[in-house]
Amino acid sequence: MSKLASRHLLGLEGVSADDISLILDTTHTFREVLDRPIKKLPTLRGLTVLNLFYEPSTRTRISFELAEKRLSADTVSFTTATSSVKKGESLRDTVQNIEAMKIDMIVVRHSSAGTPYYLTQCSDANVINAGDGSHEHPTQALLDMYTIRKKYGKLAGLRVVLVGDVKHSRVIRSNIWGLKALGASVALCGPSTLLPAEVERYGCDIYTSLDEALDGADVVNIMRLQLERQQAGLFPSQREYTNLFGITRERLKRLNKNYTIMHPGPMNRGVEISSEVADGDSSVILDQVTNGQAVRMAVLYLLSGPEAEGPQA
Amino acid sequence: MSNAPFDMIISGGRVIDPALGFGKDAHVLIKDGRIAGIENDIQKLGDSTGATVIDASGMLVVPGLIDVHVHLREPGREDEETVESGCRAAAAGGFTAVCCMPNTTPRIDNQETVLFVQDRAKNADARVYVVGAITKGSEGKELSEIGDLVKVGAVAITDDGRWVENSEIMRRAMEYSKMFNIPVMDHAEESTLCAGGIMNESFESTRLGLRGRPAVAEEIAVMRDIALCRTTGARLHIQHLSTRRAVDVVRAAKAEGIRVTTEACPHHFVLTDEAIAKEFNTCLRVNPPLRTANDREAIIEGLIDGTIDCIASDHAPHAEEEKDCEFDLAPAGMIGLETTLGLVKTYLIDKGYLTWADAIAKMTINPARVFGLPGGTLKTGSPADITIIDPDAPWTVDKKRFRSMSHNSPFIGWKLQGQVFRTILGGRVVFAREE
Ligand SMILES: [Zn+2]
Ligand SMILES: [Zn+2]
Repeated sequence: MSKLASRHLLGLEGVSADDISLILDTTHTFREVLDRPIKKLPTLRGLTVLNLFYEPSTRTRISFELAEKRLSADTVSFTTATSSVKKGESLRDTVQNIEAMKIDMIVVRHSSAGTPYYLTQCSDANVINAGDGSHEHPTQALLDMYTIRKKYGKLAGLRVVLVGDVKHSRVIRSNIWGLKALGASVALCGPSTLLPAEVERYGCDIYTSLDEALDGADVVNIMRLQLERQQAGLFPSQREYTNLFGITRERLKRLNKNYTIMHPGPMNRGVEISSEVADGDSSVILDQVTNGQAVRMAVLYLLSGPEAEGPQA
Repeated sequence: MSNAPFDMIISGGRVIDPALGFGKDAHVLIKDGRIAGIENDIQKLGDSTGATVIDASGMLVVPGLIDVHVHLREPGREDEETVESGCRAAAAGGFTAVCCMPNTTPRIDNQETVLFVQDRAKNADARVYVVGAITKGSEGKELSEIGDLVKVGAVAITDDGRWVENSEIMRRAMEYSKMFNIPVMDHAEESTLCAGGIMNESFESTRLGLRGRPAVAEEIAVMRDIALCRTTGARLHIQHLSTRRAVDVVRAAKAEGIRVTTEACPHHFVLTDEAIAKEFNTCLRVNPPLRTANDREAIIEGLIDGTIDCIASDHAPHAEEEKDCEFDLAPAGMIGLETTLGLVKTYLIDKGYLTWADAIAKMTINPARVFGLPGGTLKTGSPADITIIDPDAPWTVDKKRFRSMSHNSPFIGWKLQGQVFRTILGGRVVFAREE
């Protein structure tokens, strides 16, 4: 089996095109497994995966747990709504305690950027980032990339627009690194208060006009609007955001033919995306969810070490 | 000069005293805890029977270094540092005097706390000059009893850790401080722009998704406080300058003749915010944050042209367990007393930015003048506070050798040049390098 350069998946920044392609190729094999009547493989038998969710995320957690179960891993989940562990037991103590019960892999979601990296310092397990603050969410980006590649057969040369809160979106950050590594052209679009400092240094096209951003694009990946950003004064009202950045059917005219609509969910229908667009023929939003499971199976498999058996077994 | 039974003779070193404009090989004589003279010719020493002789050949002999920005954590966090341990660290770093910041628990905003710290410092390995709080509890609301603080020895006031947001209160603090001719030290970061910020705002904060503290927050704070300084005629000392624009503002103010002085910290002229992405090392979380390469260059330019008067460590000890956590949950600050000299030598002197005399001035006579402290010079009659430096000796920063009680330094494992050989406080050797 080919191996990844790192035994952890902490983000997509710095991950090579070869490694990303290996993950996407492996995803393809697992994606086929999901269409079989019996979706279970012995791949991770005997390995134990800890799902450490310090921030509530039902979808990502279920996707990982199902991926682990389909690969026959033993799983244990630690979920807490409190994003801050400042009071009480430290994260290191929590992890070392659980690890003393012999854990092989950790899937972590946390509101603090860098927590997955920190865990590699506390633990010997393979660490998978399931979202750390506004930093990265690599498996989400990989599933987005897989979904695009499945439809077009490639990523290179496609024009992908990421719309929304660029400043706080870990999904956008991971998408930028991954898409650029595989040769897609990336455009970012959002209100200027939600574009972070020196954003142009990503080397993407930057837009504050949605119509201009959509011109000649193949893929539009629409991010969920966090309404608490309005309270923080980053935009005046939800109504104005929808007027300026909401994706409606009329706006899609500017896209290339055979365009694709994506959203990592959960959607605010009628806010960042109209129902018509979300449920339209070009929407692959539910495929993303299915593909997400295959991507997570692939990542778990590739990081699990040489003992694991491949999907063909 | 006959019949001169000196206590100590430091012989054969290169004596550098920027205050005296002195820089050549000579012998330093000490008597009764004071400098008794600097002598070029060993023959003229006369009777030195009984004197301790320190052979300083190949070494630099300079006035005891002064660090005007140190957190000693006592009272309140004696698990992180005490006056005693902080002064041991100071001595190991070549510092014979430190100014300690008032953000202890309780705050140093009253006479009793000043007296308590001074009492703790009585037999310590460095002189401790206490800086009082500008406002009660450093809450930015009511002035502390500044007259009372000064009466028992406070050398300056600051609400370090926080900016005095209310312009009217800062104005009053400046006006009031004039009666005592003490500087108002300024932690210059406009607070609303920095709220919730974890690191410098730049592409680095963007790629990490961490909330930024923009450089403009420092620029605005420095501009306002210089404007108030101009209006009041008070003395303003801006702490830990970190951005290009703030350096520019200070440079212009000095050219105008405004009574503003500044300091810069080693981490701001050695490191940039790019270091954080590599490993999320919580020791790199400081306030003001590590800035960009452009800002770092500006700090060096400010040191070269004199816009920056002092080099201060902002020694900020934190317990191991408080820094052993997620990056954004860690408290800000790094220790610095024991690494400052090596960083100055390696990153300012060896790079050709400053001469030894320039660098020593920023750690001796300049701080002494700004804060009205005795020392900072080897002039006859001054306290015999002397630092002997082995200028080219390489060393590796070793956590186990820190005398500070805390170890939160990002420089652990770094190879530096320039070691402290001896630190002498009032004629007493308080630090000797282990051979
Ligand atoms: Zn400060
Ligand atoms: Zn400080």
